[in-house]
Amino acid sequence: MSDVRGSMYLVLEDGSVYPGKRLGAEGESTGEVVFNTSMTGYQEMLTDPSYGGQILVPTYPMIGNYGTSEADVESNRIQVNGFVVRDDCEEPSHPLSEGTVHDYLLKNGIPGISGVDTRAITRKLRSAGVMMGIITPDDSAEAALENLSKAPRYGEFDVVGDVSTDEMYAWNGDAGERSRAFFDLRGRARQGGMGVDVERGIGQRDLGDNYMKVVVNDYGVKLNILRSLRARGCEVIVVPDDASADDIMAHDPDGVMLSPGPGDPELLDRSVETARSLVGQLPIMGICLGHQVIARAFGASTFKLHFGHRGGNQPVKDLETGRVYVTAQNHGYAVDAESLPDELNVSHINLNDQTVEGLRHRDLPIMTIQYHSEASPGPHDSEYLFDRFVGLMQEAIGTAPEKTSVVN
Amino acid sequence: MTNGTAAEMPKKVLVIGSGPIIIGQAAEFDYAGTQACRSLREEGVEVVLVNSNPATIMTDEDMADRIYIEPLTLPVIERIIERERPDGVIGTMGGQTGLNLVVDLEKSGILEKYNVKALGTSVASVEMAEDREQFRDLLERIGEPVLPSYAVETVEDAVEAGRKIGYPAVVRPAYTLGGTGGGIAMNEQELRQIATGGIAASKVGQVLVEQSLLGWKEIEYEVMRDGEGSVITICNMENLDPMGVHTGDSIVVAPSQTLNDKDYQRLRTASLNIISGLDIKGGCNVQLAYRPSSMVAEAIDEGAGYDDEGSMYYVIEVNPRVSRSSALASKATGYPIARVAAKIALGKTLDQISNAVTQKTTAAFEPALDYCVVKIPRWPFDKFPTGDRSLGTQMKATGEVMAIDRTFEAALQKAVRSMENGRGSLLW
Repeated sequence: MSDVRGSMYLVLEDGSVYPGKRLGAEGESTGEVVFNTSMTGYQEMLTDPSYGGQILVPTYPMIGNYGTSEADVESNRIQVNGFVVRDDCEEPSHPLSEGTVHDYLLKNGIPGISGVDTRAITRKLRSAGVMMGIITPDDSAEAALENLSKAPRYGEFDVVGDVSTDEMYAWNGDAGERSRAFFDLRGRARQGGMGVDVERGIGQRDLGDNYMKVVVNDYGVKLNILRSLRARGCEVIVVPDDASADDIMAHDPDGVMLSPGPGDPELLDRSVETARSLVGQLPIMGICLGHQVIARAFGASTFKLHFGHRGGNQPVKDLETGRVYVTAQNHGYAVDAESLPDELNVSHINLNDQTVEGLRHRDLPIMTIQYHSEASPGPHDSEYLFDRFVGLMQEAIGTAPEKTSVVN
Repeated sequence: MTNGTAAEMPKKVLVIGSGPIIIGQAAEFDYAGTQACRSLREEGVEVVLVNSNPATIMTDEDMADRIYIEPLTLPVIERIIERERPDGVIGTMGGQTGLNLVVDLEKSGILEKYNVKALGTSVASVEMAEDREQFRDLLERIGEPVLPSYAVETVEDAVEAGRKIGYPAVVRPAYTLGGTGGGIAMNEQELRQIATGGIAASKVGQVLVEQSLLGWKEIEYEVMRDGEGSVITICNMENLDPMGVHTGDSIVVAPSQTLNDKDYQRLRTASLNIISGLDIKGGCNVQLAYRPSSMVAEAIDEGAGYDDEGSMYYVIEVNPRVSRSSALASKATGYPIARVAAKIALGKTLDQISNAVTQKTTAAFEPALDYCVVKIPRWPFDKFPTGDRSLGTQMKATGEVMAIDRTFEAALQKAVRSMENGRGSLLW
């Protein structure tokens, strides 16, 4: 590393200042400051579009031990506005590592700060709630607060439009495919019948005869959602966040996936309208923001959590089976259980604060989860939900006449 | 779905201690047993304790309702059962000694005779975890990798096996005492030599050629499962010394430092699959050997990726009980493993057990560390100046230190200073 890393400061809107040294690009950046409790997966977090508009603080202190790799991205760029760590590793050790976190942020032009007391920040956010903050090389807190006050406030503008795709595309696998395919499919290949092409990986695998066609409405989709669908033999088409229900149905899909994404669901009237039009036409799965959009489409309301759920250790109870799953989560808003209509049943709850973590429609093939069945980063315990979604689509096809009657 | 545990909860439970302190089985089991006794009494259960070692906290007067300081032998335990008539027995807190006793109690029909239930993990599960053949079958059934090994009777077959497995390869002669005639072959030439000797040494003229895991990363997961099938990991740990050095003799770091998220989760999922397959009810320790994924990438490039031979991890060992590592994981994370395991043994589920730290949430969560823990073993070489100091698969440490700090470097230095061997840090 040749560049000299000078001082940087994280200034929160309550006026508290946390000094450190520069990590990544030079410059100033603002965003909502949030913490995540995962111990691994910093690169997946950095590239998760749901962090758009936010400054990310991992509570785990040592970041960068295994470097960065093309195999660990969840989108085509770093999505966070800033990165705040206790200690960054300058000599990573992992066979797949292609460089340090510092270089990675630098290359992507994202400023960060290292050597900061992240535990103090976390404690503050836990008691005072998430708040806006600014990363700056300027040692004047007054100037920083002045700049921060001029910046757009998270929750008051639509971030989804920034992170969603501009054009519709068919997804056939891309960077990071091989390493991921190995993890997902080694077991499956052994159990037989997956028809995995080892040489080319799952992404380029020819679809079988009975494949499902899924349109993913991209509010800020993670690659692993696309990989998880593809791994279950689905043809995957991704459409922009502002696609209409007609645009989506024009692809003649077997099911629709409403993806996770950043920001306040109250700002997404257009997406809610689209979801409302899709209801009853075909099976729908909503993840995270997609879950909130579906709930709103049924007239439920959402609210902002004090400091959010972000991390890979959130216990969720499946109320149908009584089993507890450890889940990956990343959300600052939640669905208000009191506001749910009778036709939506709560299928999952969070054991830490009893908030809604999943919904099932009483009659229609609609399932939603507030957490991330695609993991990455986080526990793989909930991958079964993708199987459940594929099952809903298969069922819907098997009962095509009934499906028509629902539409009418 | 409830399982009606309240109605079936045993009223009186016999807890078996771990007996005398030996290398590899020391104060950690006193720590676990004490926690378990307190936990059971919290639930209103009458606790009967037996341990042959009076120099333990668990045998203090107020730890149990009735305490027997007696030899840990089958006839003695039978007499205690006959006299006390407990509803259940817990052996998973008393190390291998306690576990073996429960297995013996079951097999000798004593448990059935006095209508005593083995609480927590069943004896059948314990046997499946400890029997090499049964465990192998289980791994195959649930689709986890099984260490490739070939039984061969000629040198040419051994070489063929070596070609399939790759080097280094371990040669184990069948039916010889203490592995005479075996060894680790680094190449075909050595394999020919060792196999020739091994086949001659074996009573049945047969050797087992196995893949060697020497030098692979050694990773452990402390996991917990309840009767409803909910599974969590308490903590994972990475050994600084790779495969080949006993975990008890290795510097251990929690959480793992060199695994990326995909590595970490893959091994976590494997651990959870295994304890679910074993039907563990309580705590369990899973040890895995792990090969970094560059080799996997190469294997895929060569088109040899997805079969067993190309696997990047193997399960080395499963301890279906509270173990030495559980004590470390428990202290490292603050998660009271023995306390929760004892309540699971009574039939409670993870979400019915309160989190002793927060008081508000439940035991169904995974601790997220915002610090690093380093354990360094303490060897008694100062008392045995001429003893063999080389480390291997037989544990030699008689103690250990554990240090916590925000970074690995700081925790390591603290641990070195705590060794009380006159050093202030690694450097001076």
